Amino acid sequence: MKPGLLSAALILAATPLMAQVTTAPTLGPAPTLVLPRVERAVLPNGITVLVSRNAEVPIVEGRLIIDGGARLQGVTPGLAPFAAGTLMEGAGGRTGVQLAEEIDLLGARIGAGASWENFSVSVRAPKRTIDKAMALMSDVTLRPNFAAADVKRLRDLRLVGFLTARDRPTSVASKVFYRNVFPAGHPYHNEIAGDSASVATFDSAMVRRLWTSVIDPRRATFIITGDVTLAEARAWVTAHFGSWTSPANAPTKPAAAAVAAAPRTATHVILVDKPGAAQSVIMIGAPGTNRTSPDYPAIELMNTILGGSFSSRLNDFLREQLGYTYGASSNFGWSPVPGAFLASAQVRTNVTDSSLAVFFREFKRIRSELITPTELDRGKAYIVLGALDNYETAGQVAGAISTSVLFGRPLATIAEEYTRIGQLTAADVQRAAEKYFDPAQMTVVVVGDIAKIRPVIEKLNLGPISVQAY
Amino acid sequence: MFHRTHLLAGAVLLLGAASLSGQGVRVPATVDTLPNGLRIIVHEDQSSPIVTVNTWFDVGSANEKPGRTGLAHLFEHLMFMGSEHAPYPQFDRLLEAAGANNNASTSNDVTDYYEAGPVHALPLMFWLDADRMGWFLPVMDAKKVDAQRDIVKNERRQSVENQPYGLVEDYEPGMLFPPGHPYSWPVIGSMADLSAASLEDVRDFFRRYYAPDNAVIAVAGAVKRDSVIKLVKKYFGAIPRGPGAPKLVPSQPRLTADTMVTLEDRVQVPQLTYDFETVRAWDPDDVTLDVASFLLTGAKSSRLTQRLVYIDQSAGSVYASANNQHVAGYFGIVAQARPGHNLPELQTAIDAELQRLAKDGPSAREMEQARNSMESRILGGMETVMGKARLLNQYYIELGTPDGFQKDIDRLRAVTAADVQRVVRQYLLGPRVVISVVPTGKAATPGVAAQRRSVP
Repeated sequence: MKPGLLSAALILAATPLMAQVTTAPTLGPAPTLVLPRVERAVLPNGITVLVSRNAEVPIVEGRLIIDGGARLQGVTPGLAPFAAGTLMEGAGGRTGVQLAEEIDLLGARIGAGASWENFSVSVRAPKRTIDKAMALMSDVTLRPNFAAADVKRLRDLRLVGFLTARDRPTSVASKVFYRNVFPAGHPYHNEIAGDSASVATFDSAMVRRLWTSVIDPRRATFIITGDVTLAEARAWVTAHFGSWTSPANAPTKPAAAAVAAAPRTATHVILVDKPGAAQSVIMIGAPGTNRTSPDYPAIELMNTILGGSFSSRLNDFLREQLGYTYGASSNFGWSPVPGAFLASAQVRTNVTDSSLAVFFREFKRIRSELITPTELDRGKAYIVLGALDNYETAGQVAGAISTSVLFGRPLATIAEEYTRIGQLTAADVQRAAEKYFDPAQMTVVVVGDIAKIRPVIEKLNLGPISVQAY
Repeated sequence: MFHRTHLLAGAVLLLGAASLSGQGVRVPATVDTLPNGLRIIVHEDQSSPIVTVNTWFDVGSANEKPGRTGLAHLFEHLMFMGSEHAPYPQFDRLLEAAGANNNASTSNDVTDYYEAGPVHALPLMFWLDADRMGWFLPVMDAKKVDAQRDIVKNERRQSVENQPYGLVEDYEPGMLFPPGHPYSWPVIGSMADLSAASLEDVRDFFRRYYAPDNAVIAVAGAVKRDSVIKLVKKYFGAIPRGPGAPKLVPSQPRLTADTMVTLEDRVQVPQLTYDFETVRAWDPDDVTLDVASFLLTGAKSSRLTQRLVYIDQSAGSVYASANNQHVAGYFGIVAQARPGHNLPELQTAIDAELQRLAKDGPSAREMEQARNSMESRILGGMETVMGKARLLNQYYIELGTPDGFQKDIDRLRAVTAADVQRVVRQYLLGPRVVISVVPTGKAATPGVAAQRRSVP
């Protein structure tokens, strides 16, 4: 039953032989971005409800965001995402299995997680079953079982996960990168999921204590998008989360993150041995900056040209022109506590040193030379027009609103940022490159076959070389 | 990563579909054919000012010849290396400058290209696609083949050589399918064959398979069908018809005995892979096998997940999938042991659960859970114009009609518990491929009686 011709096909009337069009078409005016409208309500118990309606598909998406998150996990790295994961292991007297069955029967999905800044419980369901799905979501959020056996089982699974992550060179490189770029005591020093030493100590009481301390309606924002009106959203949230009360004596908001900026350090190289590796995993970077920086548009444009798109310089040289890798890229991690600038590629073992040289050459060049007018225009269009793709589904809109909440800015400010990107000059891009990264202040992590790569990396004289275990 | 990724063998068929409200699901689409044989599917969706152009060429790794494995995927990379009027690297640069993005993938059966972005870029997408469909050969040279050959080898290193358990991908096809069978080699190809591919191989491949009459273009987005057809005629109309590409012939082998291998890799925990020969896509048992995979590992409450991960706690993960494609199909189960547990233990538990499902069948509640969850999954595929363009093309290639969404739902809703019980008996209890990956030096794990192939 291979393709074959179909009855439905309409054969077009034969047309005279046409000539090939030999020049690129001139395009008409680009569409403009219309950001989704967001409506807001606050319930008596303090929950902020944000609604954006798009009834094209009979689906509703909900994201309950609770201020706080992994930066509150303190001396127990990994506890916040672990607690969020445990919510799904049973709630409201149902076992995890019963819960999973009921969710599937509704054609729904419910998930829970933690980022550095907040906890989130999400729901997605057909309009017809969203009310029932929200009832389950309410149990998950407000009445989790945290049964000792479930906590132990999930804990053991996480420990297996840490073990198998050691086999993946990219996981190893990432872990080593963050623990060296951010000093001990900084939240990003550890992976958000913690490590085996920390996770091995988790028990039901610890999970319950953490969850009880953060679960406060005054810290909660409920984003609902898709086939929903503000009145419906308010009714659902009132029915299922209206009786949720704040814990006694709890602060309205968790304290803002007081994290000292991570210092940049002189460029140094850290090698992790993976004998016989076919490729070296390279990660190069340094502490980045605030998403709320006025330079954000210039940094994003600069990065798009450096390593943020397929045609970017890093990918163009390392993949396309030199064939060293399947792909090279760079990005800035944006979070209220500044994340890292990170450039990376997986390269053939015997070109590890040559690849490092290209990374550093390009870091220097984007600071020393103005980008070309073509790069400037292409980078702007790629960001600004590319954003038209970001608001198509209820899930995308919920995600965009959730990001705007994270940074305490209305969604509409995104449009202003795009306008600013459109006004940037090559000199602005150069200034951003000079200010926000420095090839003399990079942490270089290479996971590969040390016997083969160390002697040639030494010759690059990038900086001191050390070897770390993982 | 970015771009031009190869699909792991087994394009999973999307099943089930939408409306839990009980209404029919429709994605209205038209099909037109140009005199040169090019077929165009158009679906209008004015909700966002964006468009996706999804082009399927009816060629995949199954069309390759032994000794030239990986050529279909290597060729996919070469399609971005420029054409007569849009020389390299214009393809990516012009699209990015218009705010659009693109990618492609190759499976056993098809090669799939897309551009997506603001709707004003549609003429550019068509022009670039037309130029490489019609004027690829004049500018293709050995240097470009060499450049992409290196990149594809890097891709292979990243996904096979330097990836834990990645070597399974090399062994699995040859164990499931007999020598010469079009699915008996991996999509990514072998390093030796990639080295052997010549400029002449590339030219032959283009002439044979990259003709308008071997392609279908699906356009979904804020467009009008009439203007789309006008543009397609303008840009693609002058490309001559091809010689007629050879079509794949369905061929479903059956294992007559278990075939086993134990491989060593630098991994912390052992992994077991079971594969069973099944049926082709859209065979009456296709969707039933997909339901079976859900009942085994699709949810936390599924049988293998419950048994291995929750009750025995012998596995860290277990995953089942029905991989039913155009020529043949197979059903896979992959489980990773937890430390302190071995693969014979996992085998015993999996065998017992398959026997139990065959003997008693699933409950009515399990069936309803599977159907509802699988239906809901397809709503996701219909939410974006990119998802719709891809599915319209897939349905058209496989069913001859693009709007196959409701048909997909109907066949899912028709699956009964007795059907599941029968397919488990028929396909999942007999001879199988067993691939054990164990930590280096541990190939003699008790009970794993198998030939030993050590991979350095």
